Amino acid sequence: MADKAKLRVFRGNEEGGEFKEYEVETYTGMVVLDAIHEIQAKQAPDLGVRWNCKAGRCGSCSAEINGRPKLMCMTRMSHYPEGEPITVTPMRTFPIIKDLVTDVSFNFEMAKKIPPLAPREKEADGTWRMQQYDIDRIQEFRKCIECFLCQNVCHVLRDHDKKKSFAGPRFFIHLATLEMHPLDTIDRRPMMKEQFGLGLCNITKCCTEVCPEHIGITDNGIIPLKERVADDYYDPVRWLLSKFGGEKKKKRLPVVQEAKGAKPDAKKAEAKKGEASKVEAKKETGAGKAKTG
Amino acid sequence: MSETKYETHEHDVLVIGAGGAGLRAAIEASSMGLSVGLICKSLLGKAHTVMAEGGVAAALGNVEPRDNWKVHFRDTMKGGRYLNQWRMAQLHAMEAPDRVNELEAWGALFDRTADGRILQRNFGGHKYPRLAHVGDRTGLEMIRTLQQHGIHTGMHVYMECTITRLLTEGDRVTGAFGYWRENGRFVVFHTKAIVMASGGIGRAFKINSNSWECTGDGQALAYLAGAELMDMEFMQFHPTGMVWPPSVRGTLITEGVRGEGGTLRNKAGKRIMFDYIPELYANETASTEEEADRWLRESTSGVTSKAKRTPDLLPRDIVARAIHTEVKAGRGSPHGGVFLDIATRRTAEDIKRKLPAMYHQFKELGDVDITKEPMEVGPTAHYTMGGIKVDPDTQGSRVKGLYAAGECAAGMHGSNRLGGNSLSDLLVFGRIAGLHAGKYAKEVQAKANDDAAIAEAAKEALAPFDREKGPNPFALHEDLMNQMQRYVGIMRNEGDLAAGLKELERMKEAQETIAVSGPRHYNAAWHESIDMRNMLIVSEAMARAAAARKESRGGHARDDFQEMDKEHWGKVNIVLRRGASGEMELEEVPLPPIPPEIKKVLEEE
Repeated sequence: MADKAKLRVFRGNEEGGEFKEYEVETYTGMVVLDAIHEIQAKQAPDLGVRWNCKAGRCGSCSAEINGRPKLMCMTRMSHYPEGEPITVTPMRTFPIIKDLVTDVSFNFEMAKKIPPLAPREKEADGTWRMQQYDIDRIQEFRKCIECFLCQNVCHVLRDHDKKKSFAGPRFFIHLATLEMHPLDTIDRRPMMKEQFGLGLCNITKCCTEVCPEHIGITDNGIIPLKERVADDYYDPVRWLLSKFGGEKKKKRLPVVQEAKGAKPDAKKAEAKKGEASKVEAKKETGAGKAKTG
Repeated sequence: MSETKYETHEHDVLVIGAGGAGLRAAIEASSMGLSVGLICKSLLGKAHTVMAEGGVAAALGNVEPRDNWKVHFRDTMKGGRYLNQWRMAQLHAMEAPDRVNELEAWGALFDRTADGRILQRNFGGHKYPRLAHVGDRTGLEMIRTLQQHGIHTGMHVYMECTITRLLTEGDRVTGAFGYWRENGRFVVFHTKAIVMASGGIGRAFKINSNSWECTGDGQALAYLAGAELMDMEFMQFHPTGMVWPPSVRGTLITEGVRGEGGTLRNKAGKRIMFDYIPELYANETASTEEEADRWLRESTSGVTSKAKRTPDLLPRDIVARAIHTEVKAGRGSPHGGVFLDIATRRTAEDIKRKLPAMYHQFKELGDVDITKEPMEVGPTAHYTMGGIKVDPDTQGSRVKGLYAAGECAAGMHGSNRLGGNSLSDLLVFGRIAGLHAGKYAKEVQAKANDDAAIAEAAKEALAPFDREKGPNPFALHEDLMNQMQRYVGIMRNEGDLAAGLKELERMKEAQETIAVSGPRHYNAAWHESIDMRNMLIVSEAMARAAAARKESRGGHARDDFQEMDKEHWGKVNIVLRRGASGEMELEEVPLPPIPPEIKKVLEEE
């Protein structure tokens, strides 16, 4: 019972490309990544695609299927109407390396800028006691598989290309993890505001919608972070308390301001009020691609 | 196409593989103030460790205070049917708790006990609840923790880089040769020491739980550089892979399902495992459903249970063969597996909380709601116990400066690995390998790479482009998976293994004539053609060792020698090396003697 499906797959690189049409035989339970592998094995051996686990765990096979950001390994062919071609394109927010493979190094660079956990002292018995209900909400964030679909769909990155001044939903979730971590001793709120552009997010929730792990990125992560930053900067009671040393504080790290005097961003006007003081990050050299460290 | 220029990078220690073992090794070497390069075949954080589900085994004693390293050591040796290198099993059991606690300092958030400590769950072959876990995504938590800690230690991470040859001078390593996936250009690393941490060889089998990366690269590279391989006949078939639909055949279902109370049943609804309790485990395994369920209830609620363990949690080799037998006898499920039932054992809420990924995976890919229906499961090639032979105390191979850790190294698990002992293996021996590679790097002067060897490696890598016509690498890979599944699979015999070796000879010749075309940029066919060489070397080692071992033990079962043989095969490991003329040499090596004080630990109960 060999049914057939048509796929339109983007073939090309950063200089451009075209859609090529392929026909594959379908079978029960087939996912889009199976179809791409079928094409690779029999019709286009040099077709570029990233994948690893094929079980929705590693977040490698992110792409846009009929315009929707998805993991190819978790998208069943049977979800699409029979007879109509399925269009597969690379994530649009990141530069194309080849075919369906994009340069996501921006994310790995951003990860390095976030100061890691600095845990408090252990209890007398050498353990850290944490209650399950205290970590439930951050365990949700730590489900993140770094597929970068949230980064791909976030309009601050996708349409306004603010990669230099905006960490993006994936890293707000990481910052939220650290901010809400029962053991952590660092206050990253000034960084969130000044360096990572938290204020640029206007909570359209596109990230939450595409998250394959169903993490409540906006409601559970970004909004609480925004509230904490606002409290820190604008709550008069807290301000007063801090003046008298009444509020227990985490250690505050200096905000790293990169490359003063860099060219002002043309789209700066779009930034929200209060965010205008952002300084552009220094332009990354192209040679640093696919490497961190 | 014949562009052979390359860039060069220099480090004190080069770690090949960025899963749990590689990351842990790199962190250790970095902490010694050394320059460390970490090579990932994929992007950072995507290595196969991310797929680990059930947990990391460490005798923390948080749920069962009677647990300690001695019990863990005994369980590990017994699970491996005493073919383990005792010293590795000892170090592992002793150091695992420290390694797990250390992860907490780096940001890992394990599920908690009522008093706020790390929660531990039951798993196959572990006497007490021992697996620290995060639902059913423990591997993700572990790799992300190591990654987030590691990138701030100063190590240099090279992503999407594949090593095709180790470079040596005399009997020591000097570097490594490889290519960038992105543009196909060559890269040469110059280093004093190398830690191999490249994982397993699951992609040699048709039904497997592994990602595309698991092509035995490290074992093959080390073998070609003069290191020895050991225990290659022992392949773990995980009892519970998905069997339906075809798209996901082999995809792993965590043992945690059974740890949380799941039971294996045949098509008549009968719990099968009570019929497959081997002599070795008879005195610690429940013989009735009532006792098994009582044990499960009590052991997970902090009560010291007097009941014996459920047979559903026997070691993996035993459970996998039981399923194989049930299916062969015609008592299987509609799609050739058996049923794994959690729906009638736990509430829907519990299942979604403790096994969220399983729930999601079946719902999305299998159209099965596991809170309402049983899963269909069957054995899937999962883990290789064999690998690079290393010194138990340093993880060093017989090639100077070459260390190995994790799945690509041999010795820790003997003939069968217990669930949960893999993640702890990665941490314990990743650290040890990083430490000793670092020490070695501090002692020696760097030696230049051999230009002729570099030119040779470049030529070898580009050869498939020079051929006009030849086999399709994807078709050849498919061929290999089918032959290995058929002849070197879960049940073996002399005739099949001989046939398998013949097929391997044929495919080795075919591999040398593969032709690929197109640009070198992200060219999947080209990458596959190079991976094929490695898979064929490691597959041959597996088949040769399997043909030599005339008994059944752990992950090596033969229907022509069904019993375990204590007299001879219980006392030797099989070691393979590359002979002077390039042929594979095989030797039986006696197990190292166990000192009296350790023997005493083994005999305690």
